[in-house]
Amino acid sequence: MLDGVKHIILVLSGKGGVGKSTVSTQLALGLKESGFKVGLLDVDICGPSIPYLLKLEGHEIHKCPEGWVPVYTDEDKALAVMSIGFLLKDRNDGIVWRGPKKTAMIKTFLSDIYWQDVDYLIVDTPPGTSDEHITVMENVKSLPCDGAILVTTPQAVAIEDVRKELTFCRKTGIPILGIVENMSGFVCPSCQDCTNIFSSGGGRSLSELANVPFLGTLPIDPNVSKSPEQSIIKTIPDSQTATVFKSIIENLTSQKPTVSES
Amino acid sequence: MSDKPDDAPAHCPGTQSETAGKESACQGCPNQGLCSSGATRGPDLGAELVKGRLASVKHKLLVLSGKGGVGKSTFTSLLARTLAAEDSNRNVAIVDVDLCGPSMPRVMGVLDEQIHHSGSGWSPIYVEDNLALMSIGFLLASPDDAVIWRGPKKNGMIQQFLSEVDWGESLDFLVLDTPPGTSDEHLSVVNYLKQLGGLSAIILTTPQEVALLDVRKEISFCRKVGVKIAGIVENMSLFLGGLSAIILTTPQEVALLDVRKEISFCRKVGVKIAGIVENMSLFVCPKCKK
Repeated sequence: MLDGVKHIILVLSGKGGVGKSTVSTQLALGLKESGFKVGLLDVDICGPSIPYLLKLEGHEIHKCPEGWVPVYTDEDKALAVMSIGFLLKDRNDGIVWRGPKKTAMIKTFLSDIYWQDVDYLIVDTPPGTSDEHITVMENVKSLPCDGAILVTTPQAVAIEDVRKELTFCRKTGIPILGIVENMSGFVCPSCQDCTNIFSSGGGRSLSELANVPFLGTLPIDPNVSKSPEQSIIKTIPDSQTATVFKSIIENLTSQKPTVSES
Repeated sequence: MSDKPDDAPAHCPGTQSETAGKESACQGCPNQGLCSSGATRGPDLGAELVKGRLASVKHKLLVLSGKGGVGKSTFTSLLARTLAAEDSNRNVAIVDVDLCGPSMPRVMGVLDEQIHHSGSGWSPIYVEDNLALMSIGFLLASPDDAVIWRGPKKNGMIQQFLSEVDWGESLDFLVLDTPPGTSDEHLSVVNYLKQLGGLSAIILTTPQEVALLDVRKEISFCRKVGVKIAGIVENMSLFLGGLSAIILTTPQEVALLDVRKEISFCRKVGVKIAGIVENMSLFVCPKCKK
């Protein structure tokens, strides 16, 4: 299972709509910019967002003798993507499945995809601590899993759910790479003043409380949502968002000096 | 749904059949004893219990959204509070079926309450005299506690929420706040409540395409399971720095406040627009007033 994958990073959050998919894609794109071969696996069966974010809607999955071939974002084949979105005929189709069927689908995703050589596999998850998460956790336990990045927004109501996710990681023995606080303020495009729409500091205080690394705060940045398929590090390298992602990627890659950059 | 298990022998007569456990095909099937005892032919006990408890509830509103973080819980609380405040003789109840990330206790401001058990069932938490709330958040010992359950266990919990809570005298509105997605929780709720009638769904979205994408899936879910859609609500349409103006319309009072992307979206998918709630109406930068 997942032969040829050197590192696995899970992107988790108890809460929905905090930016898991956006963080996952930016992380994957950023790692790709740094010269790594990256895989991005979307295990959100009921609401896959990755194909939309990477502008890959309408692509199809092909099969080869080694397994399913993921969708590549460009000719270089440096970023491979797999999502249930590629298997649906119509983007309006809902997947109304109970747990066991979702579990089977995720197992297929984990075992039958021909990732070839991938330095980092980013796994984007749905909100919650249920079937999808248990399945992923059970299967990656024996694999080179670096750990999980938890995404939160600053509000107490999101922090509460993320605390549950922290407990999930602790109970199941997944190392926590750190917490990212997303949507922590909106920078007014005309005067650069930062408004904390959803308060701020929740992510940092949670990381202190739980004693896990704090990876940075990401502001609400319309530039990211304008072209979600491009790495913010490449498009606007001076922005706060780019700086935070750069430091996260540095963090991730420096811990593992064994990886040879291509 | 077929009553034949997926792994049943080739000529399985079906667990509900008169001949269950008695056919030649049943020889050697591990469930033969169970089938022939007749236990499998009885009505679903859980569903009967739910029916007994909730049959008199007039309106059952499901607050749904494929996407997370669009404000389902906030909307649920505002809707329930409005319903309860409008008429003090109206009894309103909220059930939070988001088991992995219950937000209702915080949104309603009853974080540290405890559920009590009495002879007639679990006593919900009363936020107002005519507004009761049940959430798994009240059953957890600490806010760090995670509910790490697969589907069947969640199903059991939801059935208990629907059948074992003592809502007091007759309820007028039961508002159900759901987790994001179209999976176990949603199927369970619909299975139990559809038979009772009066069930309709309010679908919540935010204006971004990435949210609409998931919301379309929720609409297709409602169509598949046959739940009436009462309307779609677009939340977080615009942003007003610091201050917020909340205008609320309920599906009963049809009022269109804004003609925007959402409406064209509703037309496209063929949903009748019942009402739009616009939260945070304008964005004014507090510093430069733009």
